[in-house]
Amino acid sequence: MWIYEKKLQYPVKVSTCNPMLAKFLIEQYGGADGELAAALRYLNQRYSIPDKVIGLLTDIGTEEFAHLEMIATMVYKLTKDATPEQMKAAGLGAHYANHDNALFYNNAAGVPWTASYIQAKGDPIADLYEDIAAEEKARATYQWLIDMSDDPDLNDGLKFLREREVVHSQRFREAVEILKEEQGKKKFY
Amino acid sequence: MKAGVIVKEFTQRKYYHPYVSPFDPCPPIRVKSYDTPPQLYLGFQPPGLPQYQPKQALYSGTLWPALFSPYDNPYERGGQS
Repeated sequence: MWIYEKKLQYPVKVSTCNPMLAKFLIEQYGGADGELAAALRYLNQRYSIPDKVIGLLTDIGTEEFAHLEMIATMVYKLTKDATPEQMKAAGLGAHYANHDNALFYNNAAGVPWTASYIQAKGDPIADLYEDIAAEEKARATYQWLIDMSDDPDLNDGLKFLREREVVHSQRFREAVEILKEEQGKKKFY
Repeated sequence: MKAGVIVKEFTQRKYYHPYVSPFDPCPPIRVKSYDTPPQLYLGFQPPGLPQYQPKQALYSGTLWPALFSPYDNPYERGGQS
């Protein structure tokens, strides 16, 4: 079970009215390397991974949901007061036709989230390498988003999220090192 | 670097004892295992590693014993996976 704390992991402030940014940010909401995919990937893999790294996957998977909330807040703030005309001008006309101003788990191109974005091979090395790759891809996505945004307050939040990808990648790399150690070696008598 | 470079000793399969609940519905597998093949340990392959004879290399799928990773069904290898 989880205990919910009714605040964001890091404050989200959006100071420029620029609904088009929401169209790009949604990539990290419902895209292949987004926060939803990350959370579900880790919280599913953890069941069959060796006991020593279960806790890591649980903790990081949980944090990804905290990041998902931050992205949702950014998207919501950017679109909640947008008229249909403004949505259309921001490239979100198709989104408006389908969803009004509601958020939806799709990528920047409007493709709905799909379970094939996440993997669980069952082989601990393969799964952790998948996780490392996912973190690096998310880090790159945040970089491209920062490159396209000129809102310093929004970018502050995005830079925090990018840094967390760096830390998570490091922790997954450490998990690989733990699984490579010999201490679990089977004793033959 | 000359032939016979020391490559750190490692096993290609690791074993662990997963948590077993007293309420598990099926008989537990008390020891589980996973593969840790040689490419995890080699780093950038040093030059001059010992090589197989050509015919053996074709059978093995690699020219270098240091990269050879034999695999057999672990469930048929002495009962425990």
